[in-house]
Amino acid sequence: MPASETRPEPEALLAEANREGRGRLKIFLGAAPGVGKTFAMLEAARIRENEGVDLVVGVVETHGRAETERLLAGLEILPRARLFYRGRAMPELDLDALLARRPQLALIDELAHTNVEGSRHAKRWQDIEELLAAGIDVYSTLNVQHLESLNDVVARISGVRVRETVPDTVIELTDEIELVDLPPEELIARLRQGKVYVQEQIARAIQNFFSKGNLTALRELAMRIAADRVDAQMTAHMRSHAIPGPWPAQERILVCVNEAPAARSAIRAAKRMAERARVPWIALSVVTPVTESLPEREKDALVGALRLAETLGAEVVSLNALSDVAGEILAYARSRNVSRIVVGRARARRWLPWSGRETVADSILAKAGDFEVTLASTDGKSVGEEPLRPAVPDVGWRMPRAYLLSVLGVAAACGVAQLLLDVMPAEGLSLVFLPAVLFAAARYGLAPSVFASVASFVAYNFFFTEPYYTLHVYRESEILTLVLFLIVSIVTGNQAARLRTQASAQRAIAERTTRLYEFSRKIAGAASLDDVVWAAVHHVASTLKCDALLLGQNEGGRLTILGGFPPEDRLDVRDWGAAEWAFAHGEAAGWTSATLPTSSWLFLPLGPNVKATGLLGVKFAQKSLPSPADRRLLDALVDQIAVAIERTRLAGDMEETRVFAETERLRAALLSSVSHDLRTPLVSIIGAASSLIEADAILDAKGRRAMAETIFEEGERLNRYVQNLLDMTRLGYGALTVRHEAIDLRELAGRALRRLDHALASHRLVLDLSPDLPLADGDPVLIEQVIANILDNAAKYSEPHTAITISGHGDKKTVVLTVADEGPGIPLADRDKVFDMFYRVRAGDGQKAGTGLGLAICRGILEAHRGSIAVEPARPDGTGTRIVIALPAAPTDAPDCARNGREEEQS
Amino acid sequence: MNAGRILIVDDEPQIRRFLRIALEAHGFAVIEAVRGEDGVARTATETPDLVILDLGLPDIDGKEVVRRIREWSHLPILILSVRQTEAEKVEALDAGANDYVAKPFGIAELLARVRVLLRMRTDGEGGAAPSRLSFTGLVLDRATHEVLLDGEPVHLTRREFDLLSLLAAHAGRIVTHRQILSEIWGPAHADDVQYLRVFIGRVRAKLKDDPAAPRFILNEPGVGYRFIAE
Repeated sequence: MPASETRPEPEALLAEANREGRGRLKIFLGAAPGVGKTFAMLEAARIRENEGVDLVVGVVETHGRAETERLLAGLEILPRARLFYRGRAMPELDLDALLARRPQLALIDELAHTNVEGSRHAKRWQDIEELLAAGIDVYSTLNVQHLESLNDVVARISGVRVRETVPDTVIELTDEIELVDLPPEELIARLRQGKVYVQEQIARAIQNFFSKGNLTALRELAMRIAADRVDAQMTAHMRSHAIPGPWPAQERILVCVNEAPAARSAIRAAKRMAERARVPWIALSVVTPVTESLPEREKDALVGALRLAETLGAEVVSLNALSDVAGEILAYARSRNVSRIVVGRARARRWLPWSGRETVADSILAKAGDFEVTLASTDGKSVGEEPLRPAVPDVGWRMPRAYLLSVLGVAAACGVAQLLLDVMPAEGLSLVFLPAVLFAAARYGLAPSVFASVASFVAYNFFFTEPYYTLHVYRESEILTLVLFLIVSIVTGNQAARLRTQASAQRAIAERTTRLYEFSRKIAGAASLDDVVWAAVHHVASTLKCDALLLGQNEGGRLTILGGFPPEDRLDVRDWGAAEWAFAHGEAAGWTSATLPTSSWLFLPLGPNVKATGLLGVKFAQKSLPSPADRRLLDALVDQIAVAIERTRLAGDMEETRVFAETERLRAALLSSVSHDLRTPLVSIIGAASSLIEADAILDAKGRRAMAETIFEEGERLNRYVQNLLDMTRLGYGALTVRHEAIDLRELAGRALRRLDHALASHRLVLDLSPDLPLADGDPVLIEQVIANILDNAAKYSEPHTAITISGHGDKKTVVLTVADEGPGIPLADRDKVFDMFYRVRAGDGQKAGTGLGLAICRGILEAHRGSIAVEPARPDGTGTRIVIALPAAPTDAPDCARNGREEEQS
Repeated sequence: MNAGRILIVDDEPQIRRFLRIALEAHGFAVIEAVRGEDGVARTATETPDLVILDLGLPDIDGKEVVRRIREWSHLPILILSVRQTEAEKVEALDAGANDYVAKPFGIAELLARVRVLLRMRTDGEGGAAPSRLSFTGLVLDRATHEVLLDGEPVHLTRREFDLLSLLAAHAGRIVTHRQILSEIWGPAHADDVQYLRVFIGRVRAKLKDDPAAPRFILNEPGVGYRFIAE
């Protein structure tokens, strides 16, 4: 894609944008303790302070060095927090105080420091990340041996494995590295003068670490890191400014991770290669039936290795395969444009060399073809990492049933052999035992089948070879029989055991897939957020056998528990801290994560937009790490939950948008209505009134009366519109409270007719209301308004001198009132729309005055009454309009007064 | 010609002006007050024959004005209110106001109410209503309990008769549900509007009064009933 090369790379721009608003990190990097990093940092800080920068010393370790202490004097030093750990108060950086103090620049010594247990973060570099995120600049110091990817190298050079490590990504986030360099001779001299460590530690230190050779090697490493960083910054600059250059194709390095100790070395090696080549790298683990059946300890080793890769910045992938691990790895490598594969050197071959199994590393080497394959060796000194116990396949010594049934099988074989004794030569009878051995092997695996072989041999020997009923062996062929039996049982047993493991692993995978599918179906059907939350926590809890919680933002913007299984509505302070951190930073926090690992819950962000989706919290009863399969399942669940929550949220947003659009449409219609429909009567009123004032002398009595009548009629019309507008706003805000009483629709029709005296004057009114019309249930004032609106419409849309017919009927449930006119009728297409607000059917003679509110209000009022309104043609030819309103009948529970009435009638 | 003195208590100058012109044209003398306190004071000092009182006043509530006047005077009070405030109207009426007109109103309607109320004043309030009440098409004899509809006798039960005669005695004026119920059924039944509805229905049926085009009894939903006086 040559065209895209000239554009700034989006990822590079994004990385740069991410830095905006962040504090800047400057690291004073040294090859070894004593080179003067802290001193250099303080000197730099002094200069900044003279420039007027507001700076605070978060943590500075002087190690009792006098000159360093002199430099420190006069700077603002933040008091340390005291954390109680195992009964002792340990001083620690007070992160919260520092965040609250918000200096421009904070000095924090020893980037690689491990925090006291119980601190928010496990490592000091995480504290610093948080400071940077808060926009505070940080100066810090680091010795090169603390870098994670150099861990092995440094251990090899110096023989000391450093336990406090810093992920290399921290270096990538660093804005500036200042190399604090001191030639080894001078450092050793300083050491001897006591300028580095306090006196009694010197001798041991020099011996262990500060040899000239060590120091020279470390110095070179430090320089290389600093130089690499400069290089990386230059590259980043070129990328984000779209400077064309020879970019290597985005190749990747892939490291194969298994449970073996060599995997860790391979990971570190891959990291270094990737760093040097500046390419992304992938840590791949392939889960097979064998790994599924590994002992817990080895599973933990595998998880640990994957986490190491993650901290070192690898993309961690895990795949499923049945047997051909190497094939799976190579296929994946091809799909991801991998150029180099790093594999840990294999363990010693298994104890069955003739089984034909070659190690994964061997098969990769054999099939690699176009890939460059690197075998990483385990560190020879292997300091600090004890080798793991080799895996012993559990063939089930604890299965008495298996042995019993094997014996029964052999006994049955004995019986059959006895029957066949006459028709078969004794030598051939050994074959009869073969099915018993095969049965035991296929059914119960290796050990029971070996047992069955021996039992068969013994039985055969005892019953069917001379001398009978003894265990004496006379012929070599009998020994051969035993050997053959053993071979059959071992081969079959092994094969069967593997098949069985595969099958059970398959079952486990199938079960997980089914559950995942079930879950996605369940969650897809969940309409509301509550349903999603419940389905999610229930499913996570039952699938992973853990406690599950969903947390999200409440209306006030605060993190709150949305639901849990088993139901849980509170967390202790530590867990809550982890949850809030995860929520604020959109990263995992709590148990097994890097942040607040002392929490018993692990909180995972649901997708990238954690503010909108929330967190999933899980708590496992047993304290072992979740297996990669579980972890993968958890990730899949997290994705699904995130999508589901996002979906319900989007649905809510869409509803909101729709309502908003509707409101906007109404607002516009209302404006046009106010400007046109309300102004029209005002024009007549003002016109007529001003004529009365101005032209009083010219107008005769008849003319004056006409003017006054105009004012009166238009005023009444205006009054009706205003009433409708008021009703509409009341309906619109949902504040319409309906009074429920028994109402007589005849009565209300009568009142509406009186109100509309003038408007209806030129029409012929036909009342067809039976005295038996049942009472309806409703609000008399509102229903009167409904009838008035309908009558007003009928008068407006039909010619003068035509009839308007009001009729009614009803039963025990519903009372119906209809108003029919003889106008042109409403076209079919418009019939549903007439109830929309501000909708008016265009009449032939132009726009009739009216707000288009009347019928909309009628519908609103009737809906509030659980009634209905419909429009239909009054006559079969489609002309005329008939409006039908239906109301629930009033409950006929007035027995008291009814009885009273009857009694009185009789009296 | 002096038909009477009317005090208008309203804070809207346009309404006061329009009422003054209309009322003076019909021979009334008009006094004005803008605020409630002022209205109460003028009722005492100016001795009007009738008060037209707006319920929404800037200082004290119109209902409060009614209560204060009723402490010492029976003079008729006509209330101006807006539609859809039935509860407020009923409260003011139960506090002692005599009738109401919903804004906006026509002057004819207002004058009709004013005349009815002033006639009530000349008739006297103390139950000295004539024993025989005659209307177009309807005659009630309160002594004999006889009812003649278009000359034909109509049989009403005692309560039905009491109801009809109560409304007729207040012809042209609103009578609230509470007033009717406590008058006829006793104060314990003051809230049993359903009773009333049933009895009104029966009386109407016996008087052949079509609710859709009433001749005699007019329902004022949520407030009460009015006997049509014209």
